[in-house]
Amino acid sequence: MAQVSLRNVRKSFGAVDVIKGVDIDIADGEFVVFVGPSGCGKSTLLRMIAGLEDITDGDLEIDGVRMNDRQPKDRGIAMVFQTYAIFPHMTVRENVAFGLTINKTPKAEAAAKVAEAARILQMEHLMDRKPSQLSGGQRQRVAIGRAIVRDPKVFLFDEPLSNLDAALRMDMRMEIGKLHQSLGASMIYVTHDQVEAMTLADKIVVLKDGLVMQVGTPMDLYHAPDNLFVAGFLGAPSMNFIDVKLTEMESELATVENAAMQPIKVAHKGRALSVGGRGVLGIRPQYLHPVAPSEGMLHGKVALTERLGAETVVEVMLKDGEKVIAALAEDRILAPGTEIGLRFDAAQAHLFADDATQRKAVH
Amino acid sequence: MALPGFGLIAIFIILPFFFAIALSFTNQRLISPNPTQFIGMANYSRLLGVGVTTIQPERDDEGEIIRNAAGAPEYPRLRTIIRGNPDFANLAGMREWFSWERSDEARTIVLARDVVFMKALVNTLLFVIIVAPVQATLALGLALLINQRLRGISFYRAVYFMPVVVSIVVVSLLWRFIYDGNNGLLNNMLSALTFGWFEGHDWLGDPSTALGAIMVMSIWQAVGFHMVIWLSGLQTISPTLYEAAAIEGASKAQTFRYVTWPGLRNTAVLILIVITMQAFALFAQIDVMTNGGPRDSTQTIVFQAVERGYGRQDISGGSTISVLLFLLVLTISLIQGFLTREKT
Ligand SMILES: Nc1ncnc2c1ncn2[C@@H]1O[C@H](COP(=O)(O)OP(=O)(O)OP(=O)(O)O)[C@@H](O)[C@H]1O
Ligand SMILES: [Mg+2]
Repeated sequence: MAQVSLRNVRKSFGAVDVIKGVDIDIADGEFVVFVGPSGCGKSTLLRMIAGLEDITDGDLEIDGVRMNDRQPKDRGIAMVFQTYAIFPHMTVRENVAFGLTINKTPKAEAAAKVAEAARILQMEHLMDRKPSQLSGGQRQRVAIGRAIVRDPKVFLFDEPLSNLDAALRMDMRMEIGKLHQSLGASMIYVTHDQVEAMTLADKIVVLKDGLVMQVGTPMDLYHAPDNLFVAGFLGAPSMNFIDVKLTEMESELATVENAAMQPIKVAHKGRALSVGGRGVLGIRPQYLHPVAPSEGMLHGKVALTERLGAETVVEVMLKDGEKVIAALAEDRILAPGTEIGLRFDAAQAHLFADDATQRKAVH
Repeated sequence: MALPGFGLIAIFIILPFFFAIALSFTNQRLISPNPTQFIGMANYSRLLGVGVTTIQPERDDEGEIIRNAAGAPEYPRLRTIIRGNPDFANLAGMREWFSWERSDEARTIVLARDVVFMKALVNTLLFVIIVAPVQATLALGLALLINQRLRGISFYRAVYFMPVVVSIVVVSLLWRFIYDGNNGLLNNMLSALTFGWFEGHDWLGDPSTALGAIMVMSIWQAVGFHMVIWLSGLQTISPTLYEAAAIEGASKAQTFRYVTWPGLRNTAVLILIVITMQAFALFAQIDVMTNGGPRDSTQTIVFQAVERGYGRQDISGGSTISVLLFLLVLTISLIQGFLTREKT
């Protein structure tokens, strides 16, 4: 159990800056998830914490001790890799006990620790198999077992479930959640998968191009994204962005409108907006409700519907040619070409300053 | 599709192979007016025939052992005992291969029908037993050094690989100069390093150093080739395994033992077999550097096969040696395959 703190951490590979000054605080026992588009530096950041990559600049502290120049084994961390990284020629038992063998832990103590890990991960029956005789999920269990016996202060996971199929991923996700509860250790978890991030995290760190975009609880990030990038990155289908013009600014609220939408008032949260200027209105598809054309705040025609059973995703072509997506929590038939109105609660809409670089979130 | 390829293999590999086997049971010569005759296993027994006998020292009239000036007992000449003696009919035509004194009273002599072939056999086995492990180990060491991510490493890679690209005949010629007894590079270097104390040695002219010299040169020549094979094996080991080991705190030696070596298993088997076969085929170096001499100290199986088949036009004799070599290599490969099999 430990606090981890990163202070203005940077990483360059030659002339390429990959991590450009990151500050993160991780509390004792916290489950922190790093998310971000591919290539944003999640793995690099994790590997810097692990000690597998040098830290070009800045400080890494674990429990108040500067770790920049410590060997990986002296940092009190354990890491689980996407590709499992278990030793193919060793049995499961030998793999799990690897760190103990290396450190010449007394046999009885080692056996007890391995048995405990096997019990926690429910893999007692697999202990004498070779990795080639295991499924992907079982292999990842072995890797987690090897991490557990190290008794680390911080667990590091780099996309541990992304090589597994969907059903197994859900099982393992829940197991990792349980593991966190029972061990109480700090965990840092890198993933592409939003569901993993939302369900597992105490705190999510959204990264983009080596910079932190926002840090917060999953619900903070979902309901109050700081910027266009975070707003577009989290949530599926992703948030609708509508270009708007500001016609009025009050202390809390701004009035915005565009050709397909009547003026509405939304909170501007002190963002860099000005009357007469442009902004971006963000509305999650789940908060757009179809109504009769006359009652709508947005007006357009149905372009496409996808019926998923419990949900219907409707693509609406607005009058000004922009497209928005509405997700209805019911099965509904909307014929393409039908005139339609959309309503939403202005309190559930977000107003952002326009920023083309953040607009298009990469999934 | 595979037919043309198979046809070539059939004509140039499979056919000669069975030809050699067939010829080894005949008395075929390269050019001969006499018709070829089937002679059964005679070629084989001529090559492989060995016998053992014990002889007593010569005694004077009182029954005392006659000793020479140094006090060593004198033995009668072997030839005088065997020749025309019906008691030794099975040893007729054999020559002394080696012998040792059992006690002061007797001497055991091992005889061989073809002493030169026996020497070739022993030399070849010696060559294999020494060269295979030394070369494999050295090559692995180099591969581990070269496998690091350092600047300019590809330069070293190229340097170590260079001898492999040069023809073995050229390399052998070069090394003849290096080993030269008068003004060879090696002698000059040794004498410079010892400030003139070392006075020079005819490395290839001395029966006790000739084979060793050829071993050193052969190891040097092919080590780059095996280094590249090891290197390709090293590259197949996932880097994350090394990272996992680093996180667990494995030392360099532990990393080698638990990650690298197990990951090289298949490569090791391959290298062992390739080196063994190459070593058994030792020929060019001998042909260029020593011609089997001095005093047959560098005879090898393949050199003998060629020398008999073409030098002495004894095609059936050469074929017989080839077949024996084939059986030898086959046996050793099977043993190696058995010893290194995947244990489950
Ligand atoms: N050893 C390296 N040398 C040079 N550039 C590197 C190296 N490792 C990573 N990078 C670069 O750093 C950037 C971040 O890589 P990183 O692996 O951290 O991304 P990531 O966020 O984990 O992506 P993904 O989600 O695809 O795993 C990438 O642009 C990558 O090309
Ligand atoms: Mg990654």
